[in-house]
Amino acid sequence: MQRKDFGFRVGTGAFALVLLLIVAAIGVELTRQSLPSIQKFGFSFWRTQTWDPVAGDFGALPFIWGTLYSSVLALLIAAPIALGIAVFIAELCPAALRQPLVFLTELLAAIPSIVYGLWGIFVLVPAVRAVETSMPASLRSLPLFSGPPLGLGMLAAALILAVMIVPFTSSVSREVLKSVPAAQREAAYALGATRFEAIRAALYYARTGIVGAVMLGFGRALGETMAVTMVIGNNPRISTSLFAPQYTMAAVIANEFTEAADNLYLSALVEIGLVLFVVTLIVNSLSRLLIWSMSARTAPAAEAATPPAEEAA
Amino acid sequence: MRSSTSDTKKGSYPFSAKKGYDPFFAAALVVVALGAGVSAAVKINGAGATFPYPIYSKWFSEYNKLHPDVEINYQSIGSGGGIRQIQAQTVFFGATDGPMTPDQLQASPSKILHFPTVLGAVVPVYNIPHVRAELKFSGSLLADIFLGKVTKWNDPAIAKLNPGVSLPGSDITVVHRSDGSGTTYIWVDYLSKTSPEFLKKVGVNTSVNWPTGVGGRGNEGVSALVTQTPGALGYVELIYALQNKISYGTVQNMAGEFVKASVESVTAAASAAARQMPADFRVSITNAPGNGVYPVSSFTWLLLYENPKDKAMSKAMIDFMKWALTDGQKYCGDLGYAPLPADVVKLELAALGRVKTS
Repeated sequence: MQRKDFGFRVGTGAFALVLLLIVAAIGVELTRQSLPSIQKFGFSFWRTQTWDPVAGDFGALPFIWGTLYSSVLALLIAAPIALGIAVFIAELCPAALRQPLVFLTELLAAIPSIVYGLWGIFVLVPAVRAVETSMPASLRSLPLFSGPPLGLGMLAAALILAVMIVPFTSSVSREVLKSVPAAQREAAYALGATRFEAIRAALYYARTGIVGAVMLGFGRALGETMAVTMVIGNNPRISTSLFAPQYTMAAVIANEFTEAADNLYLSALVEIGLVLFVVTLIVNSLSRLLIWSMSARTAPAAEAATPPAEEAA
Repeated sequence: MRSSTSDTKKGSYPFSAKKGYDPFFAAALVVVALGAGVSAAVKINGAGATFPYPIYSKWFSEYNKLHPDVEINYQSIGSGGGIRQIQAQTVFFGATDGPMTPDQLQASPSKILHFPTVLGAVVPVYNIPHVRAELKFSGSLLADIFLGKVTKWNDPAIAKLNPGVSLPGSDITVVHRSDGSGTTYIWVDYLSKTSPEFLKKVGVNTSVNWPTGVGGRGNEGVSALVTQTPGALGYVELIYALQNKISYGTVQNMAGEFVKASVESVTAAASAAARQMPADFRVSITNAPGNGVYPVSSFTWLLLYENPKDKAMSKAMIDFMKWALTDGQKYCGDLGYAPLPADVVKLELAALGRVKTS
């Protein structure tokens, strides 16, 4: 029996090791393939803004900016909506509606991104353009809304990303909320909490899981390629304007990889992949840190169940 | 196909050791038998440009009907990919929309030959509300627009070429390709020939650093953006402008005429170039001299090794090429390509003799 256990442990351990090896192999291979570009540009690749395949001059900053900006915007739009959906389905929804709603959110997650992209080009972009053109001139003078109203651009990209990450964030948040022990809510009610206050207590209890759900959506937004490239305008220029066409790392790789015949050009594109890999690693590590610090700081408080409900009482 | 056949053979051995009827074994046998039936045929793999993909796949399937023993597979992975794959010798032939550079030829394991197969044209497409007239463009005007120097539709430079057309004072939204593309190569090649400033600031490649505008993915992406955006000006392959019924303008050629892209005007550009055709066919025919020539035209090339390793494939490929350059040209019109002029075909048929088949 013990021997069997040992074998089981080694077996599953080997699978876990495979995961580590794959990640390491990706890192090594990306670095190896981008060596010509790393040797030529060094660290300046991360902070220069020119992307000129003709002259062989490459810098990744506009793509890093575009990726982070669009993902953060998408997160700001999607997180409250996803949380609202999760709370409604987990806590408030009439039983008859629950399954259809769960099914619909999961259906959204299953739509291929090229379909989102086509919908973006033919429906979302004209709608965004209409909103942009009807915006009063006083608002248009703000840097956030400057530039011609093309429809294509950061705003359209952020909106489409938001639609794409809502199902992920809401599904995971819903599961997390469902796993909150009933005793938590019962205790809150026992103390005279209203329904809103009891839900707030449950959310507080589930906060690390919810942050995890949000970060899952963020990770997805960072790497999303096809839908974004179809609506973002693909212009590698840094701008804070929501209306400006911009570019992301995943999009430039998808767009230019097939036609890149020159070695340095190809290697610069692979280095963009390496940069995306590193940025994703940093973002995931930061979110891990955030979750750890949250659970470490408030671990004793969790035993005291529901401080907000106490206040209310 | 080849590897899957041999895999199935290998996979069938363990089954054959079993006793009695085994459905998997039977199925494997059938697959092996089918594989063996076809394995007498010559199978040739190629990869490269997406632009000629519709006609290449038409050719390969039509040729396969005439010669069932020859099967040619083509993957449209892009010109850059096609060049890399033939250099690595993972495919028998490559295909590209821009000729290989001297550096790329140098880096190849042995000599690679270029063969033009068909011709394509790129047209300026636009969407100006309430303007029905067919606009006229010159190369230098288009270059200035794509450089971001001419930004309004009623700019004097546009008005001068289009007297009598009332143009709005709205902004021009420049739409270009976001993905690397032979279409972009042809377009910027023409703009660079007509505008020294464009050559200096932007240059020629399948992807360039555009000073202005938004990028659409693929011909269909650019078509969609132009049709949706009032005031847009972009460039697409002729066939996309025709299929999507987008207005496209005439472009001034070297002789000073404003010519609309058509099968005849594109083939005329190739005939004009044929007179000074270099022996390796690596020639740009944008802004070609002569009357009736549409200036934004280009060949697309098929790439072959001069001395391929597999001589059986080489023989089959040469036979196919002879057919494609002659009988095969009749499929051009329906698919929006212009056929090669007769004098170019003659030069190529002679050049095909350089490829070793034994």
